[in-house]
Amino acid sequence: MSTSALLRPLTELQALESESIHIIREVAATFASPVMLFSGGKDSVVMLHLAAKAFWPAPIPFGVLHVDTGHNFAEVLEFRDEAVAFYGAQLKIASVQEYLDDGRLQERPDGTRNPLQTVPLLDAISAGKHDAVFGGGRRDEERARAKERVFSMRDEFGQWEPRNQRPELWSLYNGRHLPGEHVRVFPLSNWTELDVWDYIESEKISLPSIYYAHERQVVLRDGMWIAITDVTPVRDGEQVEFRSVRYRTVGDMSCTAAVLSNASTVHDVITEVALSGLTERGATRADDRLTEAAMEDRKREGYF
Amino acid sequence: MATATYTNRDTVQPGRTLLRLATAGSVDDGKSTLVGRLLFDTNSVLTDTLDHVEQVSKRRGLDRTDLALLTDGLRAEREQGITIDVAYRYFATPARKFILADCPGHVQYTRNTVTGSSTADVIVLLVDARNGVVEQTRRHLAVASLLRVPHVILVVNKIDLVAYSEDVFNRIATDFALLSRSLGVRDTHCIPVSATEGDNVVVRSGRTPWYDGPTVLGYLEQVDDTPLAVGSELRFPVQHVVRPQTARLPPWAASAPAVDGDYRGYAGKIESGRVSVGEEVVVLPRLSRARVEAIETPDGPLDLAVAGQSVVLRLDSDIDVSRGDIVAATDAPPAPVRDLTATVCWLAERDLHVGARVLVQHGTSLTKAIVKGIDGALDLHFEVGEVPGWAPVDALRLNDIGRVRLALASPLPIDSYREHRTTGAFILVDEADGWTLGAGMAGATPFAANPPPARSDSFQSTSAQPGIGKS
Repeated sequence: MSTSALLRPLTELQALESESIHIIREVAATFASPVMLFSGGKDSVVMLHLAAKAFWPAPIPFGVLHVDTGHNFAEVLEFRDEAVAFYGAQLKIASVQEYLDDGRLQERPDGTRNPLQTVPLLDAISAGKHDAVFGGGRRDEERARAKERVFSMRDEFGQWEPRNQRPELWSLYNGRHLPGEHVRVFPLSNWTELDVWDYIESEKISLPSIYYAHERQVVLRDGMWIAITDVTPVRDGEQVEFRSVRYRTVGDMSCTAAVLSNASTVHDVITEVALSGLTERGATRADDRLTEAAMEDRKREGYF
Repeated sequence: MATATYTNRDTVQPGRTLLRLATAGSVDDGKSTLVGRLLFDTNSVLTDTLDHVEQVSKRRGLDRTDLALLTDGLRAEREQGITIDVAYRYFATPARKFILADCPGHVQYTRNTVTGSSTADVIVLLVDARNGVVEQTRRHLAVASLLRVPHVILVVNKIDLVAYSEDVFNRIATDFALLSRSLGVRDTHCIPVSATEGDNVVVRSGRTPWYDGPTVLGYLEQVDDTPLAVGSELRFPVQHVVRPQTARLPPWAASAPAVDGDYRGYAGKIESGRVSVGEEVVVLPRLSRARVEAIETPDGPLDLAVAGQSVVLRLDSDIDVSRGDIVAATDAPPAPVRDLTATVCWLAERDLHVGARVLVQHGTSLTKAIVKGIDGALDLHFEVGEVPGWAPVDALRLNDIGRVRLALASPLPIDSYREHRTTGAFILVDEADGWTLGAGMAGATPFAANPPPARSDSFQSTSAQPGIGKS
């Protein structure tokens, strides 16, 4: 390699990967009991892959946690278990269904379970005495996230106080906190949706099959393509269609919609995402449409 | 001219790089509109976000889409119509990806400019063409200079409101050149812009024929992106020691070389310089020497690694290396010090007084410290052509930039910030509640001679005693 080639800056993906690995290593070195949220979604898979790279050739020194709403796509749960085994991580599950079954939580009238994840998540954090919790959130996702730190302090109630955030300078991440508080850490803060896909392509990372085009029974409901499942049955007057669709996010089935797509490979998906005129949340997450400040409200309550 | 549209993936250049920007300006300079315009004209705004902004614009009775709303963040800000906190924005062209730290311009938010500038390759400073260089401009440029942001653009905005006048632009550019020189800022460029009309943001304007430089985006795509850090000496703060307890690796790492119980590697990110296999290095603060036996990554071993890369180093001798140590080039490594004098930007609501006990977070180390003296605070009320001076103070208050002397509990191998933007920097942390109190830069400031030590205390020298008091 010539000297002039060496003086070239890192590529975008090299720089992002290195920054994320640095963040993940800082957390492992300075917190007593970190845990990484893992849903099987593309961002959390990329985050787990980065964790594996950060500690190589040793195993990942912390466990992963899935908050299972009970409304997950079967393909995603199957993938979740395979991925955890592949990367050699230990999986813990916090089950929203258990909370509903024993009455600690009640089903919402609209059937959406995303807002119900907060309590089982906070219980799992305190039960595991986790002082740092990794999340796959990105700042390009939503306006409230654009202002969040990489190390984001949470009080005993898991609440985020956007007006009282610590300044975050250079690459000096400060995770000191009081007993009872914990820190949410977002190693993918500076990644965009396209960066995530570019990285998935360059690292050959496996994803749940529903990220790629497949045929499925769907209805057009409130302008969004909803799959017909046990959780989201067809309603009176709706026209069921058999269409080629894929998912851009793989959250709770009750509030995650598909997009019409023929993109069956990573490359096709990247082309499609680059051309897309809708943000991934706007396109497919009904829960973000509830109010103008929906995400900000849920973050304040302790949701990621 | 910049080709902004980036919907065709095939046009993306291989090896596209990342450039970090920070914005700064006063209230009403049109910063949000400029940022909104950059996002809009690079197709970085997606239809649903734009729909939302159009609806809000209509609801507020505006006759055109207010691009400033694109960067409108938190509910509290929307209610008050001001921006509170640094927000990060992302846009890209086929040549580069940009991370923009959008820093609020309100006077009391100087700390946000400090935060945004700490990682910036370029600072985008705005002035209103009708007002020219104002106090906030001088203040922000002083901060950019202190934080050693390599490149500065002055956006002379609202040029439409001065009838696209070349004279007005030239007068502001002359003022700015004078200001830059006195503050020690070398690489600057001025651009006449109307963010509302779109002149010279992404598309070259026909209404400023007298200006033949690049547009804002054109400049950002062309500015030299070689990090200064690559050219300086090796600094590798050790994050953790890799000692696999088991040789059993999960399936994803099946191709990794076999590791046995003797494996010992040092994981970290190269903050500056480069390192190659066989090179002799020194481990700070104990100054022990070793040779680099291997540079390892999960993607395969390297012969050489450069600033920005996260790697695992293996050394040839069994010296004691742990988290907080810095692997450095043998050529002129920083001498570990117990007395540290630095420029400190104070970021907290509570004041800093002499005698305060704080934590110093530097690289991957954390050290206790006592404030021995505050020798002055920069007076940023200065005119173009003047240099900010040090005013005597009894305490540092929010947004003050002061000269602070610290006594450290253990020797710290800290660089001059001038040469090392990462290992010359530190933060001060409150030991009790963990709050980030201040941002420190070791060594001299770029424009103001160091003040004499304040008389209020006797500064007792505690020279370096390696191995004693190591936390």
